[in-house]
Amino acid sequence: MYRDHSRHKTFTRRALVLGGAKLVLLSALVGRMYYLQVVESRRYRMLAEDNRINLRLLVPPRGRILDRTGVLMADNEKNYRVVIVSEQTPNLIKTLDKLGTIIPTNDYDRRKVLREVKRKRRFVPITVRENLNWREVARVEVNAPNLPGVMIDVGRRRNYPFGEAAAHIMGYVAAVSERELTGEPLLELPDFRIGKNGVEKIQDLKLRGKAGSSQVEVNALGRVIRELKHNPGEPGSDLTLTIDMGLQKFTHERLGEESAAAVVVDVQSGAVLALASTPSFDPNLFTNGIGTEDWRELVNHPRAPLTNKPIAGQYSPGSTFKMMVALAALEAGILGTDHKVFCPGFVKLGRSRFHCWKKHGHGHMDMFKAIQQSCDVYFYDVARRTGVDRISAMARRFGLGSKLGIDIPGERSGLMPTRGWKRAVTGVPWQLGETLVAGIGQGFVLSTPLQLAVMTARLANGGKAVTPFLVKPERGAGGGKSKDAAKGKDQAKAEAATGTGAVGEGENIAAEVAGTPEFPDIGVSKASLKFILSAMNAVTNSRRGTAYRSRIKKRELAMAGKTGTSQVRRITMSERQRGLRKNDQRPWRERDHALFVGFAPVDAPRFAVAVVVEHGGGGSKAAAPVARDILREVQRRVPLGSVATIGGTKVAAASARKRARTKGGRGGQGEGAQ
Amino acid sequence: MSFDRFSHTDMSVRDKFWQINWGLVAIVCVIAIIGFAMLYSAANGSFDPWASRQMARFAVGLVIMFAVALIDIRLWLRSAYAIYLAALALLVAVEVAGAAGMGAQRWLSLGFITLQPSEIMKVAMILALARYFHKISAEEIARPHYLLWPLALIALPMLLVLRQPDLGTAGMLVLVSGVVFFMAGVRLWKFGVVFGAGLAMIPIGWPFLRVYQQQRILTFFNPEGDPLGSGYHIMQSKIALGSGGIFGKGFMLGSQGHLNFLPEKQTDFIFTMLAEEFGIMGGLFLLGLYVLVLIYGFAIALRSRNQFGRLIAIGVTATFFFYVFINMAMVMGLVPVVGVPLPLISYGGTSMLTLLFSFGLLIGVYIHRDIVIERYGDAQSL
Repeated sequence: MYRDHSRHKTFTRRALVLGGAKLVLLSALVGRMYYLQVVESRRYRMLAEDNRINLRLLVPPRGRILDRTGVLMADNEKNYRVVIVSEQTPNLIKTLDKLGTIIPTNDYDRRKVLREVKRKRRFVPITVRENLNWREVARVEVNAPNLPGVMIDVGRRRNYPFGEAAAHIMGYVAAVSERELTGEPLLELPDFRIGKNGVEKIQDLKLRGKAGSSQVEVNALGRVIRELKHNPGEPGSDLTLTIDMGLQKFTHERLGEESAAAVVVDVQSGAVLALASTPSFDPNLFTNGIGTEDWRELVNHPRAPLTNKPIAGQYSPGSTFKMMVALAALEAGILGTDHKVFCPGFVKLGRSRFHCWKKHGHGHMDMFKAIQQSCDVYFYDVARRTGVDRISAMARRFGLGSKLGIDIPGERSGLMPTRGWKRAVTGVPWQLGETLVAGIGQGFVLSTPLQLAVMTARLANGGKAVTPFLVKPERGAGGGKSKDAAKGKDQAKAEAATGTGAVGEGENIAAEVAGTPEFPDIGVSKASLKFILSAMNAVTNSRRGTAYRSRIKKRELAMAGKTGTSQVRRITMSERQRGLRKNDQRPWRERDHALFVGFAPVDAPRFAVAVVVEHGGGGSKAAAPVARDILREVQRRVPLGSVATIGGTKVAAASARKRARTKGGRGGQGEGAQ
Repeated sequence: MSFDRFSHTDMSVRDKFWQINWGLVAIVCVIAIIGFAMLYSAANGSFDPWASRQMARFAVGLVIMFAVALIDIRLWLRSAYAIYLAALALLVAVEVAGAAGMGAQRWLSLGFITLQPSEIMKVAMILALARYFHKISAEEIARPHYLLWPLALIALPMLLVLRQPDLGTAGMLVLVSGVVFFMAGVRLWKFGVVFGAGLAMIPIGWPFLRVYQQQRILTFFNPEGDPLGSGYHIMQSKIALGSGGIFGKGFMLGSQGHLNFLPEKQTDFIFTMLAEEFGIMGGLFLLGLYVLVLIYGFAIALRSRNQFGRLIAIGVTATFFFYVFINMAMVMGLVPVVGVPLPLISYGGTSMLTLLFSFGLLIGVYIHRDIVIERYGDAQSL
C-alpha cells in the first residue's frame, strides 16, 4: 500500500472545511428565504395582488333628459359595433374580406384595423365599424360561423331625438378634452362623454352618475382570466326640463330659415317653455367627434348657428322698450298718462332731426295712443323729460341690463346705459340726443330676447320679479326649492331692492306668509301696470294698433304685446331724401331687426313671449305673426289646469276651481294675476 | 458486518445490490416526486407536457443509476480518460453544429434524444480529475508542474463551453474542479494565485461576453432599474417568493406562477413556484432533503478507502451542492440569473440523467468503499 494514509488525513480535514463552507452558504439561503417570505412577505403579497388584479372602470349610463310632459329629449342609444379578435381568426385579411361582403366596410376601416392589430395584444377586440343598424347586426350574427373572431359589441351613444329643434337648450356631449381632466379616473375612459354646452354642461355632474367597476384577474400578458367583482355603478339621474318639447319644436319650425330667437316664459313662475334659436345645429354630430368640414361650416355660417341667440344675442329692444320709458316717467311722477305731444314726423334737437317711423307724423298723441301706434316722437319727449338714468333704473327692475341667471351657459347681460356709465366707459359726457334715442330703445340700449320675455312676464304678472329657469327643481321636503331656484330668487330680490328700494319689508314678509308669490314685488304701482297692459292690449286688439293684423281672434286666447323695430345702422339724410327707407331695398345685413313681445291671454296672463327676427324688417310684419302663432300654440298645448305645476314651484292658480282640477294640489293660493 | 466479506475484490452483483445505499435512493425519489408535483402544478394541473415526461426520464435515470452503481469502480477508473475524451468530442461536435446554426448551440440531437454535452462533461471532468489525483502522491501534488495536466483537463472543455456561450456551465466546471483540487490536497496559496488571475481576467473578458450576458450581470446589481426588461424576472420571482409567506398559497394556487408572471417556471424558476405555493415551510423542507443528500455524499466520501472514490464522491456532492445553491440564490436575487436547474426538480432531460448517473457513481463508491486501489488501478486487499 502506498501512502494513502496521509492523503486521507488531508482529505478528512479539508472535507470538514468544505462542509463548513457549504453550511455557511446554505444558511445564507435560509436567511434570504426568511427575509423574503417572512419579513417582507406583506409587501410582496401586495405586489402579487397588484400584479394579479386589474381594476376596470365601467362608464355609467348618462341620465336622460325629459321635457315637462316626459317626452325624451336626450337618451342613450345602443351603439352596435362589430369587433374582431385577431387571435381567434386564422386569417385576418380573409375574415375582413368576408365581413366586407356581408356588411359594407370601406378601405379606411380595413386599414385602421390592420394598423391596430399590430399595436394591440392579440386578444384585445378591435373595432371594425360602429353604428351598425339592426339589419347589419342580424347579418353578422347569422354569418357568425363563417366569421371566426368577429363579434358584435354594444356600446352607448348619446342621442337627441329632436336634433336641431332643441340643440341650444341641450348643448351636446363630446370626448373629454385635456383641460377638463380633473383627475377623476372616469373622465379618462375612452367611452366617456362630457357635457360641453347647454343643460348637458351645467347639469353634467348630475347626469354623469357614478362609475361602476370590474375587478378582473389578469395574467402577465394582460389577458382577463376571470371577473372577481362587479359593481355596476350608478346611472346618472334623469333630468326634467320646463321645456314643452312640442312647443319647442313648433317654435323652432315657425322661425324657419330666419336668423331668429324666440322665448316663451310662464309669467307666474319664470319657467321657460320654449327657447328657440335659428338656424340651429345637430347636437348628435358632436357625440363621436364632429368632422372638420361640418365644424367649419357651422363656424363660418353667416347666421351663426352655434350662438344661442335668445340668451347670448344682444339687440336694441326698439319700441318694445317704450313700456319701460313710460313706466319710468309715470312712477317718477314726471308726467301722467294724459301727457300730450304733437307728432309732425320728427323732432328737432339742436341741429339734428330725430325722426318718427311714420314719415308724416301721428298728429296729437297721448301715452295710450303713443304705445298703441308706437309713436317715436312722443317717446323722444317722454325720455327727454324723464332722463336716461330713471329709464335705465326702471328697465333694470324688469330684468333688463343684467344676467337673469338662467341655468344654461352663455347668457349675456345686455346694457342699460346711464350717464355715469358713459362717462366711466368712454370718458365723454352723456348727450341729450342719446337720451332721446334710448327713449325708443335704440342707441346704447341692448337686451337679450330672454330679458325681453322676462320683462313682459313681469309686466303681465303684476310686477313680480320672476326669474327664468329650465331645469325643474327636484321635489324636496322644502316645498320643491332647489339651490338654483333659491339663487334665482335671491337675485330677483336684490334687483328689486337696488331698483327702487321701495319694496317694504313688511310687504315681503306678508307675501311669504301668504305663501303665494315666490318672487318679490317689483314695486311698481298697480295702476301704472294696468295702464301699460291695456295699452299693450290695444297694440294687438284695436284697429289702429301696430300689430292688429296679428291679433288672436279667439277672445279667451287673445294676446297683448308690443312691436319693435330696431335699426342696424343709421339711415343717412341722403338715403332718407331718396326715400331709401324700405327694408327690402337694402341688403340683408343692413335690414332692421324685427321684434315683438307679448303675453296671453289678455285677461289672465299666463305666458309671455319675445321674438326677435334678425334683419327681418318691421316688428309688426316679421315678428308679431310669429309671436301670435307661438302664443296660440302654447295655450293649446298647455291647458289651464296644468299651469300650476309648471316648474314645480308654487304658482298662483287662477281660482279655486282650477286648483281643484290640478292633480296633487300643490297648495298654491293667491290672487290671480291681472 | 463481517469485515472480510466485503473486502473481497470481487463481489457478486447480488452482494453489491444489497450494499446499495437505500436511504439515499429514497431521498432522491422523494425529491423527484416533489418535482413531479411542481411540474404538474406548473402545467395548471396537468401531467402534460412536463410531469409525465419527467417521470419517464426519472425511471430511465434510476435504471442507469443502479447500473452505474453496480459496475466495478476500477472499471470507471480505467475508462475515466476515455469518457473524458468522448465528452470532449461531443463538445466539439456541438461547436461544429453550432457554427452551422444560429446563436447559442448547446444541444446535440441524436434523433431519439437531445444531448447536452456540457452536462456530460461535468461528470466526465470529475472522473478524469479523480483518476489523475488518485495516481499522484501527496509529494507530487506539492510540485506545481504536476498541476499543469489537470489544469489543461479543465481548460479545454471550459473554452468550448464558453464559446457556446454557456456562462453557467463554465462556472460550474470551474467551481467543481476547484473543489476536487482542494480536496486532493493542492496548497491553498495556489488557489489564491488562480483567483487573482481570474479577477484580472474580468476586464479583459467582459467585452467577449454577449450583450444579454452583460445585461444579466448588470441587472443583477440593480434589478429595480429595469422592471420591464431583464430585471422583470428577478422582481417577479422575488414577488412570488415573498407573497408565498410562511405556509404558501396552496398547491396549484400560486397566482404568480399560474398567471405567467413567473418566467421559466417549469425549469430554472421552479423553486420559486414551490416556495409560492408551499411557503417558507415548503422551501425549508426541500432544502432539508438536499442537505440530507449532501450529508450522505460527505459520509460516503469519508468512508471510502480509495482516493479515486473519495474524489468522485466529493466531486459529485459538490456539483449537486452548486446546482442547489446557485439555483436558489438566483431565484432569490442573490446571484445573477444564470441558467442553472434545480437538481431533480427542474424539467430537463440531460440534467436529470447526468445527475442520476453521478448518483450512481456515488452509490458505487459506497459499494466499493473497502477496495483499496493501487496507483494504476490494481486492487489490493488488506
